[in-house]
Amino acid sequence: MAGILIFSEKTKLALELASAASELSAVNPGEIHALCINDPQEAEELSARGLAVYSLESPGLSTADTAGTAAALLALANKLGVDTILLSSDRRGKELAGRVAEAWEAGCLTDVKGFSVQDGQVVFVRNALGGATVATQIIKTDRKLIAFTPRAFAPLEGGGGSILPFELEITAPSVKVLEVRSKAGDVVDIQGAERLVIVGQGVENQADLSFVEQLAKALGAEIACSKPVASDKKWLSEERIVGLSGKICKPEAAIILGVSGQVQFTVGIREAQVIFSINNDENAYMNKISDYILVADLKDALPELAKALA
Amino acid sequence: MNIVVAMKQIPDLQQIRIRNRQPVLDDVPLTFGNIDKNALEAAVQLKEAAGGQVIVVCAGTQELEDTVKEALAAGADEARLVVCDPALESSQSARLIAAAVQQIGAVDLILFGEGSGDNYSSQVSSRVAQILGLPQVGYANNIQVEGSSLRVTRSLEDCEEILEVPLPAVVSVTADINEARIPSVTQILKAGRKPKETWDIGQLGIALPAPGVETISNLAPETERKQVMVKTVADLVKALETEGFGGRG
Repeated sequence: MAGILIFSEKTKLALELASAASELSAVNPGEIHALCINDPQEAEELSARGLAVYSLESPGLSTADTAGTAAALLALANKLGVDTILLSSDRRGKELAGRVAEAWEAGCLTDVKGFSVQDGQVVFVRNALGGATVATQIIKTDRKLIAFTPRAFAPLEGGGGSILPFELEITAPSVKVLEVRSKAGDVVDIQGAERLVIVGQGVENQADLSFVEQLAKALGAEIACSKPVASDKKWLSEERIVGLSGKICKPEAAIILGVSGQVQFTVGIREAQVIFSINNDENAYMNKISDYILVADLKDALPELAKALA
Repeated sequence: MNIVVAMKQIPDLQQIRIRNRQPVLDDVPLTFGNIDKNALEAAVQLKEAAGGQVIVVCAGTQELEDTVKEALAAGADEARLVVCDPALESSQSARLIAAAVQQIGAVDLILFGEGSGDNYSSQVSSRVAQILGLPQVGYANNIQVEGSSLRVTRSLEDCEEILEVPLPAVVSVTADINEARIPSVTQILKAGRKPKETWDIGQLGIALPAPGVETISNLAPETERKQVMVKTVADLVKALETEGFGGRG
């Protein structure tokens, strides 16, 4: 009997996958199972929300060893006879996806934002061409592996699941963990912010960031930026980058300061509810995907706006 | 240390235009993805520190010979080009790169960018590691050689893992691992004389698997934005308030 196996070492993302799985199982009926690796707390939380959890506890296995994690997932998938594996499309999940798909001979899509059913077929949606386009794709193989982007689904609400131990012979991992460091300094979550003030290259003076801070404070917003502002100018941390090589954000409001609007950036903000944009180019592509546009010199407009809202 | 850098030939994303929601790819020059260039730079730096060879492997159109000059100028010693249908799916690209690595022989490290510039699915490096049965680390922002192993920092969303990985291995790098060098004119001129070998899929001795994924449509998203031009900061403040985003201070 077919079914779905989900895995993410982050409880919240696993619960999002559980929601995706329950929507998928409406089309492709079967049981939903979850794997937890060396994380009895996650196993408890997932079962409390209604999932049938297999808990693998083996000190010899580390999720830092992609080959070992992939082997554990495959062993459980084959034992259960599922035909679909869902992973989170965070970095850990994406790294795992290719390895599992190759070994399992599964067609695989990563960074999937959602799906719909067309003529009885599940059609998945993801960005393509560096974000310039949105592709709809189907997986043609019998076994399917899908990695869903974080926040694509709401976490599963439910109750009355179960936990079973999952025993597995582990071969010694070849990748050895020497140290784990939490990312020091900036721990901002721009994806979780309801409002974002986004700094682009059109903000020319670093000193003007003080107005950006005032503006963000007045609006109750987080500060984010386009890639060059963090990677080249080093004004803000990499954690704040919006776009293809940063984060995909869906805030209620985005105030975008001096961004021309290349797709590598806009892919990260085009799903915002309302977009306000200030830049000095009336033909900027950013204007076409904004709701309100002020064409102005940011040197003057930024302090004025900060003052008006303070 | 012999390093293979797998680079993907892609259309220059900055030059893609959209017409009637369709991407227009005619006359868009072909290049390599930016993160692939970071992978190449990482390879060249490792070679400068530990000696060895950097070999670029890429697949794509007849124009590959031209595209690859950029990589040879930026420090690669040699190139292996596989001319084939450029629209390969991840499982096919992986099979092809793995076969090329096996053909090359004594390879200690295979480097990738964390994702290709165009499709960004990030599957190929992991698939190659699986096919070749090698250990892997994705999302590396630091790589040091220590004897017969590597010390690699894997950058995850909320933490960094410092890992020891035996060679041979597969590593994918993030964009912030380095700043890719811009080749000098002399390097560009010399690039044309560096060894290149062109293979077709038959010469690799493989048959490509059937693609596991089919694309139904690929269109620019529809944007339904108000596009209201406001004239003054005061008007913008009014618009913020109207939409319910006034000051919270």
